[in-house]
Amino acid sequence: MSAVTQAPLTPTAPGERTTPASAKRPLLLTILTIVTTILVVISLYMALAYAGQEADQGDVQRIFYIHVSAFAGAFIAFGIGVIGGIAYLVRRNPRWDRLAVSGIEVGFALALVNLFTGMAWARPIWNTWWTWDPRLTSAAIMVLTYAAYFMLRNGIENADTRRRFASVYGILAFSTVIITFVIIRIRPDTIHPAVIGASPQNAEGGFRLAPSMLATLSYSMVVWSVFIPWVLIWWRLRLENLNERVNALRAKALEE
Amino acid sequence: MKTPFFAAALAVFRKDALTEFRSRELVGAMGLFALLSVLIFSFALELNRQARFEAVSGVLWVTVVFASILGLNRSLAMERDQGNLDALLLAPISRSAVYAGKLAGNFLFTLIVGLALAFIITILYNIPLFSGWLILVLCLGTLGFSGIGTLLAAMTVQTRARETLLPILMLPVVLPLLIAAVRASSGILNGAPTDDWLPWVSILIVVAFIYVILSFWLFEFVVEE
Repeated sequence: MSAVTQAPLTPTAPGERTTPASAKRPLLLTILTIVTTILVVISLYMALAYAGQEADQGDVQRIFYIHVSAFAGAFIAFGIGVIGGIAYLVRRNPRWDRLAVSGIEVGFALALVNLFTGMAWARPIWNTWWTWDPRLTSAAIMVLTYAAYFMLRNGIENADTRRRFASVYGILAFSTVIITFVIIRIRPDTIHPAVIGASPQNAEGGFRLAPSMLATLSYSMVVWSVFIPWVLIWWRLRLENLNERVNALRAKALEE
Repeated sequence: MKTPFFAAALAVFRKDALTEFRSRELVGAMGLFALLSVLIFSFALELNRQARFEAVSGVLWVTVVFASILGLNRSLAMERDQGNLDALLLAPISRSAVYAGKLAGNFLFTLIVGLALAFIITILYNIPLFSGWLILVLCLGTLGFSGIGTLLAAMTVQTRARETLLPILMLPVVLPLLIAAVRASSGILNGAPTDDWLPWVSILIVVAFIYVILSFWLFEFVVEE
């Protein structure tokens, strides 16, 4: 990750026209983006065509490959947010905070994918878009916590204070991710099925995995929890770096 | 030469307790709010005898959470507005001691309001709330709320939005505590078998202590400068 978090704050002399090296897009990022796109297309093909059709639910069940994998991706991305937050509090290097905010924003987007695919699946299977199930409630709370994280960031003008507070809250907010992950194991009254491990007794819409389904799930888990967060966080980090640069240049221009 | 941890925390706590004893500002505001909230709930939910029994633990905990937010905002804003926070940070004491002292104060005031609230509900809703287990659950829930709330309020008083931001930051994070507390207390009130609600009490203990320890560690990052 160290190459990713490289800060671009190389001061340029006034009037100098050269583009700093970090403003150019790294070759690895371009390659990684193309590779990830191909991998996502393959995973969609596997989910939509290769995996066997589920006996009870039919084609609706295919959304689950994206639903579960998106949560795994959100989990990883929020986890990177926590790592960035702790590293910032220890090292006080703004890079780590930029990594944290990138991770959390990507995690937020993936959590929304998880939430909306879940709703689309629940409509035909549970006959409702939304129900106040413990798992659904905790997932919604998780999304709201991270929405509060962005509000906190916007509410503070001083950059140092913002980084410190955002790191502290990012660490606390991860507790809601853990709760969402474990809640179907501790609350017996949930209707949300668990795929890994035993489903709760009154889960509605659980199923067993055939070999082709297991292959598809494992494959898309890897794509969504390694490649998609990696690429998106990298792009988001570049944006944050450029933002920082623009702010630095603007401050310099105002001084002159 | 640093003042020892417990002496420093005790001094911060004594200062808060003395201020509160003389002004009765926090407990007064929180208590009045709690009373109003109980009355408003009973009108808004049109609670009859049966519905009261089902809703009472929800009413109790929602009121405790909102009252504690009110008190926490006031308690930390007071430190900041009158410059006492700066003085505390200059003093040769550890930051964690400041947290421990503030936490003890906020916990005590919220607990007083919580107990008063349980008394009000016992009378107005005619549901006896005073049992040993319920008071234990009340203590644990209040400890968790004040623990995380003291940390978050120390953050929000330093932001632009101040009072508005605390509920937005605090409510989602305290939700695990709230679920466990509501489940445990409604189990106790309905006379359910111990096995049904005891797991919730243990979850409450674990989450409350995790939050207090986490906040204890994170507090020093919130009040530097």
